[in-house]
Amino acid sequence: MLHLSILLWLPAAFGLLGLLVPSRSARWVGLLGAVLALALSIVFVLDFDAGGAQYQHVTDTTWISALGVRYQLAVTGLNVWLVLLTTVGFAFSMAWISFTELGTHERAKHVVLHLGIAQSAVLGALLAQDLILFVAFFDLMLIPFFFITAQFGNGDRVPATIKMIVYTLVGSLLMLVAAIAVGVLATPSGQSVSYNLAEIAARGVPKGSQGWLFACFAAAFLVKMPAFPIHGWLADGYKAMPLPILAVFSGVLSKVAIYGFLQIALPLLPQGTADLRWVVLILAVLSILYASSLALTTFNARLVLAYSSVAQLGFITLGVMSLRPDGASGALLQSVNHGVAVFGAFLAVAILSKRTGGSEDLRDMGGAATKAPIFAVLFVVVTYAVLAMPGTANFVGEFLILRGAWEGTAPGLAIVASLGVALAAVYALRLFIRGSHNRVGPTVEPREGTRPELALLAVPVILIVALAFHPQQTVDAADDATARSVLPAAARVGESHVEKILRSDPELARLTPPAAFSSKAAPAAAAVTPAAEPATSGSASQSDPATDPNTGQQVPSSGGGAGTTVQVDPSTGQPVDPSTGQPVQTEGAGR
Amino acid sequence: MIELAATKAPHIDWAGISSLLALFAGSVVVLLVGLLRARFARHTLVPALTIVAFAASIGLAIWQWDEDKSLMSGALALDPLALIGVVGIGVAGIAAVLLSIGATAPREAAHGEYHAMMLVAAAGAAMFVGAQNLITTFLGLELLSIPLYVLSATELHRRRSLESGLKYLIVGSVGSATLLYGFALIFGATGELDYSAIANAVSTQGLGDDPLMLGGVAMVVVGLAFKASVAPFHQWTPDVYEGAPTPVTAFMATATKVAALIAFLRLFDVALIGTSNAWGPALAALASIAMIVGNVGALGQSSMKRLLAFSSVAQAGYMLVGVVVGTQLGVQATVFYVLTYVVMTVAAFAVIEAAERETGHDGVSALAGLGRRKPLHAVALTLSMLGLAGVPATVGFVAKLRIVQSAADGGYTWLAIVLVVGSMISFVYYLRVVAQLWSDAPAGAEVAPRTQAVEVERPEAVATTTVAAEAGTPKVAVAGAGTVVVAGATQLPMTVLAVVAGAAIVVLGVVPGPLMTVVEDVARAVPGLF
Repeated sequence: MLHLSILLWLPAAFGLLGLLVPSRSARWVGLLGAVLALALSIVFVLDFDAGGAQYQHVTDTTWISALGVRYQLAVTGLNVWLVLLTTVGFAFSMAWISFTELGTHERAKHVVLHLGIAQSAVLGALLAQDLILFVAFFDLMLIPFFFITAQFGNGDRVPATIKMIVYTLVGSLLMLVAAIAVGVLATPSGQSVSYNLAEIAARGVPKGSQGWLFACFAAAFLVKMPAFPIHGWLADGYKAMPLPILAVFSGVLSKVAIYGFLQIALPLLPQGTADLRWVVLILAVLSILYASSLALTTFNARLVLAYSSVAQLGFITLGVMSLRPDGASGALLQSVNHGVAVFGAFLAVAILSKRTGGSEDLRDMGGAATKAPIFAVLFVVVTYAVLAMPGTANFVGEFLILRGAWEGTAPGLAIVASLGVALAAVYALRLFIRGSHNRVGPTVEPREGTRPELALLAVPVILIVALAFHPQQTVDAADDATARSVLPAAARVGESHVEKILRSDPELARLTPPAAFSSKAAPAAAAVTPAAEPATSGSASQSDPATDPNTGQQVPSSGGGAGTTVQVDPSTGQPVDPSTGQPVQTEGAGR
Repeated sequence: MIELAATKAPHIDWAGISSLLALFAGSVVVLLVGLLRARFARHTLVPALTIVAFAASIGLAIWQWDEDKSLMSGALALDPLALIGVVGIGVAGIAAVLLSIGATAPREAAHGEYHAMMLVAAAGAAMFVGAQNLITTFLGLELLSIPLYVLSATELHRRRSLESGLKYLIVGSVGSATLLYGFALIFGATGELDYSAIANAVSTQGLGDDPLMLGGVAMVVVGLAFKASVAPFHQWTPDVYEGAPTPVTAFMATATKVAALIAFLRLFDVALIGTSNAWGPALAALASIAMIVGNVGALGQSSMKRLLAFSSVAQAGYMLVGVVVGTQLGVQATVFYVLTYVVMTVAAFAVIEAAERETGHDGVSALAGLGRRKPLHAVALTLSMLGLAGVPATVGFVAKLRIVQSAADGGYTWLAIVLVVGSMISFVYYLRVVAQLWSDAPAGAEVAPRTQAVEVERPEAVATTTVAAEAGTPKVAVAGAGTVVVAGATQLPMTVLAVVAGAAIVVLGVVPGPLMTVVEDVARAVPGLF
């Protein structure tokens, strides 16, 4: 039996192990831990059954009984690919460190330890199925980056990193209050408090409180990304952080915020989401426009990538907040794509800046295409991924997001957002051209990247190519899960919103009732419930989250001739997994 | 009962007050042993006996754990709330004694007196947490405070220390006087001294909005706020913390906090619960002011002791939240928080005392590069700072979680939001200390200096010339007004304390279950709450 706790604590354990060996070999211990975690997470991905139970590999024990907090972990469709992204990202970062001065530093142990703790914290935030556990890991994952940056960063690092921490904590600590309030408010009188996500979703949070609670969660997640008006820490923080650390920080940690929206804010606070989603949507579009224009004008290569991340995360948020399964699946796919592309992009910047003798100014770079052809080829692939060239998975992701935004929000918003796609092409190509073609800068050493650098840069390139050929795998795993998280909120937006979703994909009706938190309960068991209670009239859509089954109920029956639904009905009767996997693919093909 | 008490002396349950007696007996023994001329007796036996007295008090408290009654005609309570207070005070006392080994203060004040006063203060604190009657409350408070006034001034050669003692005496007396006046007014309104009788009188006679009663409550709030250093009655805290000898500061920060907060709980959530409509908003306002003032005040501090003083103001604000909500969850949350606060603060003071002996001052700069010089100390202080800030995986997070949960549960969510805004500010100064710890050491500090002459008045003035001292007996020399030279002072007790407390911060943060189960018992002491 595979145990999630092993994956969760393995990196931290190796980080501690690194303390016991001499400083010079600490990096190899860290790398070994990261690679083992990567291998383990690949096993979990392969083992994941896209059509199977909602929660797989469940771990569930008491943590703080007095508070009702439990240690609950599970692999779900939402987190399985992000877990892989995390282990890839940290293994990448650890490998990168092992041949830079961070790895040979006399205090390299600290880097290894803190990266290990950070990885465990990120994995914990992704796997946690208990709200408080999630919040704890979410807050914890920032602290190791503080230590690394404060000790090994560049320039005026301590104020920069404290600013970063305080900014992000504004959101995180508000989220802590909101999380506890969610748990307390959702508890019916006489019952004990539970912070299990599925349990809270089933109990329902009082509608009057959902607005401010959602605002607190959104604040935490939007600062972490960061989104437009609350991105003050970004420039200083990015400039201070060492590049190998920044790659994983930018590529992985911001995705946890996206995941937080899908995993927590949407399913637990459907009413709040429906009420406030326009605020988030507008912030997302503003982020896209603002960050894209900054990325166009700055000459610091790091900041180009920093602002491009902000713009990309704006897109991803747009997809999530479209409250449509396709937009949300696109958002998850895009999260993985963007993470992978960012790993490569930061490594490329590091190689470029080494050529210029440490400067990260675009004006000092140039000429890599002729003097460093292998590097330039790899870099161009990364650039294509960043600008979402058709043919890359990034294009698929952006397409899904924009489609979701077009259908789920307002066409105008999607049109404005798509300006960001055009701008992305400009700034990504600007980065590439300035680095590889332009007039050679005054201090450039004409040399190719070293072998380890190129080998490492090849990893994200290979992943980008692989994702380009098989974007479907990610979406498949995510489809059911994203539908589960957006449907309750979609229902609160309005009946027409849900009808639209169900018209394009009648399958989804079976997903609406929240499943109990256990790996034993197949989704089929939960799916029977709406079918068994057709008597509840459609007007009750205010009272509980499971109402839209009613609307959903009618659609599949009317569209029953579509053939795809016929395949589901047997699966609702008995937990035959491949049959549930089947319609998901047909739906994907419809795109 | 009352007639009985009038006619003959009340029955005394010796087992019940044994933990209190252990402290008093210890103080007498220590005082006498301190008179012996032998060096061994004064320097080794006295601290050892003091620790034994504290340990005995803790042991007896645990032995009495399942008891649930009142002693001496209701003057003292013997319930988990009082006993957990005794345990917390005992732990704080042991830590303070360990910090005093090799310190200047006990040598200047004579070992016997110094340790005896600490034991008497602890006995006062133990009485204060158990008090169930306005008279014993006041007695306990004075017994706690007066030795502390003296202890603060024990570093006689240092003007700061004397100033600190005098300041504490004056402000503390104002606090005590206010409290006493408040008690008098409450007695005037209800005609009762016992807590339960007061609660009864308030509910039966409808004194919830009686001006006399409310005047008394207001003065009690102010008096206790002075003791617990809740803003805006905290002005003495930074000066006293900074001026007092570090072991005394550590004792003051921990034991007084435990005593004052538990007294708050007992007085407000038992005796005055009927007037909670009046004091609820007032205490909530005080708590929010304390959180904001404490955290903002700590931002600009360069002395670690001042920083911790302001941080303790903020922490008192967090702990008051549990009192304000007035539920059983709130009581448990406050007790849990105050116990973890003891652990976290002890770790911090152990490292500060060690750094102070090494460099002669307690400025944040004394900690620069500690991560290289003394990794164990640096790790312990890091954990302490992260714990006080409330980072997950430390016990501070769990404690804050409890407080926030009790606030959300008791309808004081806005107070929880003030709390997290406060702790957000607190990250700035806690993390600045942590960054300093792990930064590169300033040039020349690679070799740990054993002897230094430092101007105490200006904490930032670090002497850069280091003189190698022969290892051996600690010695003190007075080199000009206000300049201290501490040589070859032992570091071992500090290291042990720092490591133990640091480990406790993490272990309790990851496995908080057992301590939480213990704390749940205190609910028995406040049966009137939900």
